Amino acid sequence: MSDDIQTLIDRLPRLGDALVVTLELTIGGALLAVVVAFLLGFGSRTRTLWVRGPSRVVVEFFRGTSLVVQLFWIFYVLPVFGYEMEALAVGIVALGLNYGAYGAEVVRGSIESVPRGQWEACTALNLGWFHRVRRVILPQAWALMIPMLTNLLIQLLKGSALAYYITLHDLNYWTDQLRRATSDVFFSYTVGLLAYFAIAYLLTWAMNTLEERAKRRLGRGTRRPSVRAALRLAPDVGPRALAGKGVAA
Amino acid sequence: MTTTPGSAPAIEFCDVVKRFGDNVVLDGLSFSVAQGDRVTLIGPSGSGKTTILRLLMTLEEADGGIILVDGDPYTHEMRGGKRVPIPEKRRRTVRRRVGMVFQQFNLFPNMSVLENIVEAPVHVLGLSRAQATVRAEELLEQVGLADKRDARCTQLSGGQQQRVAIARALAMDPEILLLDEVTSALDPEIVADVLGVLREIAETTDITMLIVTHEMQFARDVSNRVLMFDHGRIVEEADPETMFTAPRHERTQEFLRAVLGS
Amino acid sequence: MSPETVWRWDRAWEVLPHLLEGLRITVLATVVGMAVASVLGLVIALAMRTPSRWLTVPLRIVTDFVRMTPLPVQLVFVWLLLPTVPSLVIGCTVLGVHYATYMSEVYRAGIEAVPRGQWEAATALDLPRSRTWLGVVLPQAVRKTLPGLGNYAISMFKETPFLFVISVVEMFTEAQKFGANTFSYIEPLTMVGLLFLLVSYPTSLLVRRMETRLA
Repeated sequence: MSDDIQTLIDRLPRLGDALVVTLELTIGGALLAVVVAFLLGFGSRTRTLWVRGPSRVVVEFFRGTSLVVQLFWIFYVLPVFGYEMEALAVGIVALGLNYGAYGAEVVRGSIESVPRGQWEACTALNLGWFHRVRRVILPQAWALMIPMLTNLLIQLLKGSALAYYITLHDLNYWTDQLRRATSDVFFSYTVGLLAYFAIAYLLTWAMNTLEERAKRRLGRGTRRPSVRAALRLAPDVGPRALAGKGVAA
Repeated sequence: MTTTPGSAPAIEFCDVVKRFGDNVVLDGLSFSVAQGDRVTLIGPSGSGKTTILRLLMTLEEADGGIILVDGDPYTHEMRGGKRVPIPEKRRRTVRRRVGMVFQQFNLFPNMSVLENIVEAPVHVLGLSRAQATVRAEELLEQVGLADKRDARCTQLSGGQQQRVAIARALAMDPEILLLDEVTSALDPEIVADVLGVLREIAETTDITMLIVTHEMQFARDVSNRVLMFDHGRIVEEADPETMFTAPRHERTQEFLRAVLGS
Repeated sequence: MSPETVWRWDRAWEVLPHLLEGLRITVLATVVGMAVASVLGLVIALAMRTPSRWLTVPLRIVTDFVRMTPLPVQLVFVWLLLPTVPSLVIGCTVLGVHYATYMSEVYRAGIEAVPRGQWEAATALDLPRSRTWLGVVLPQAVRKTLPGLGNYAISMFKETPFLFVISVVEMFTEAQKFGANTFSYIEPLTMVGLLFLLVSYPTSLLVRRMETRLA
């Protein structure tokens, strides 16, 4: 076991590199996903059919096909059409598009959850579309969105492990290398999984803090986010969980 | 109504205390209800009336004091000078004597009307399905819903659901029936139907009833005692006639003025 | 680049039977995986309701650990650890355990969605705890969990390609093999993508319909 630990220590610098790759994939993919989610989420709601239709189609397409297929398609097939992308870009694009499509449904659902009365009040005050979305609707929808987006973010992190199979030297790769060096499957993979868990935990913590801030701005959160609330890992399953959380008693 | 001399009171509260957080709802409440009594609890909201019913149904647990049903301690007892909780198995034998009808009916939506009524008799009293069904059909007849025996509960109106709920409670043959604002969630026209059913039950059985209601006329017709509560204490106690026409305590007068407008 | 040199229809038709072979394994893995996940998930959800913190806290940590770490890494881990166990068995089991962690949350929400009044009515009727669960709470809770179950089944169906990392020859691996042999990935990958879409999209519509019907 002490040999294993020694090998682990030797490989720590490479862990740093591997973590960078994984984080690049995750954060990059997440940013792209957010953009895609908002574009497609709003696109699915417009009245003009020629925007709404394609939006819905794109969303269903990326949700209905597998991430693995999408990733390998972009990696193997796109170059045939002349679009050579380096592996990292392929990973980010595949993750961003796939989870962006799921995110689009979250965005759409959250906006629709904002009570009708809010829209009607905006009309009564003669606020323009962009204005009302930015200042009234979005702040309320945002607080609803965050838990579900957190779930997607963690799934995105998990999906990033696929990048190993398109030649990227990410955390998954590092874990396998550690195994080869120590010949101890249990040790190396436990370390690797713990590393992923640590990243997931940090990301969840960050998102929870975001959520508490968003809710406080709406006057709905607790006065100060409790440590417990910020550190909680529990995912949310539906609007019910959202409605109950953080409401001042 | 008089109690048979020597028999234990149906319900007895001895110094019962109940707190919700910092709010002390019942502070050393003591009273008793005799067998066959029909007692109405009146008073402003928050005065503790519903809490008393919920304690009697073990939906809440008292923080102090002893509750006795038929002379038997219910959730806690005194053993060697200390107040100790009673294990669930013993509580169940006592709980069987108490039935409750809720404001929100609480029928089981995954079962039909008949299934709702036979569920407990079969699984708690050990009746055979056939026996329980016969009893259930009798009760449905009594509450006027014999033709709805196979309906889904969600297909019934509020008043019909509440009548099914009453039948369901009665199917267990309770000695004590608790009625917690059973008509408050119903449309005014339907209230009369449900009260009619309860009146009939009061007349044809000698079941002990503890009623929390705003329906003062019903209270006058059915009960033999009225207790006025305020801040967890009994402020006044009398028979319905006296209570409603000549209340002595100022708080009672205030309350009745507000509720009855007289 | 003319369409003929990029896409060859003959190859597209050629790969189809291979893909359908693989589809059988894909469906099998999904069914078995969901069976494991549904049962284990319910066990976890019920276990989390016990008052004993010695059970709930470690269970919570382990469940979170499995839920938040990558499926492909978990698959390789178990596969390397147990070389004598057939890959498909490992695949179904790991899929099942991984998704059980999701399902436990779905069950938890479903149970909590049963109104308190139902529990109170069961107490008023003096129903024993076992009967309260089996006759009143679980039937109502399960109805609320069915859409979640459906959605996760579809999700698992689309994640079966992860099994390629442990050499299970399901639909995607078939496509990969074909692509590697013919040096042309566009037909097999496109066809397999379409096949996934063809199965998962109508199923998701069915699940959405069920959601609105059960709401």
